[in-house]
Amino acid sequence: MGTFHHDTHELHGITCVVETRGPRTWVGRVHEVGPAGVLLHDADVFDEVPGGPTKAEFLARTAAVGPWPRHKSVVVPAAEVTSVRRLGDLSA
Amino acid sequence: MPYPEELVSPMRAELTRLGVKELRTAAEVDGFANGQKGTALLVINSVCGCAAGGARPGVAMALEHGTKPDAVVTVFAGQDLDAVAKARALFAEYPPSSPSLALFKDGKVVHFVPRHQIEGRAPAMIANDLKAAFDKHCAKAS
Repeated sequence: MGTFHHDTHELHGITCVVETRGPRTWVGRVHEVGPAGVLLHDADVFDEVPGGPTKAEFLARTAAVGPWPRHKSVVVPAAEVTSVRRLGDLSA
Repeated sequence: MPYPEELVSPMRAELTRLGVKELRTAAEVDGFANGQKGTALLVINSVCGCAAGGARPGVAMALEHGTKPDAVVTVFAGQDLDAVAKARALFAEYPPSSPSLALFKDGKVVHFVPRHQIEGRAPAMIANDLKAAFDKHCAKAS
């Protein structure tokens, strides 16, 4: 027995990697995917900076242990989103 | 805000009827953690669909394996807040997620399954992951 949601996006409740046109990559639990963008809960963000960890390193670490919930909720604007994929597919 | 207990009670029972000990208070988690020797699986239970469809049935299948932890305990995220906070402090190096599964050996986490490795996975896949961890870290039953 559990709680299930109907009439929601297929990624609702799934932890996803949201890549953007800019230097930021978000990882969080998808609540909604709509015209405004992707609403994530409990999300972490990677900001590419010179000399810092690479995106590959960030994603490898996050795929192993999960995202740190640094942002309670965030909307990644649709115009910035280039891909949305399951984090679990990276750790498989 | 916690869900009504009458909704959550069957979700608790899915584990407790397997012999999993539920820890409802911070003191009970302390009692589990203090001087923990041998192996123990800690299940962070939750109301979400991936706990119902993956984590709980996966744990049930894994506990049918010949090799398993000395103890299996659970706390319920979103319900027993103090107990969950205390339990998560035992593996604070991992981001909080629920459901999730932590295998301890002599007080240290030796295997961790975060929520995103449960989402959308069949119970048998979760069970196989746990069984492999049990084989690696737990003493074989004689």
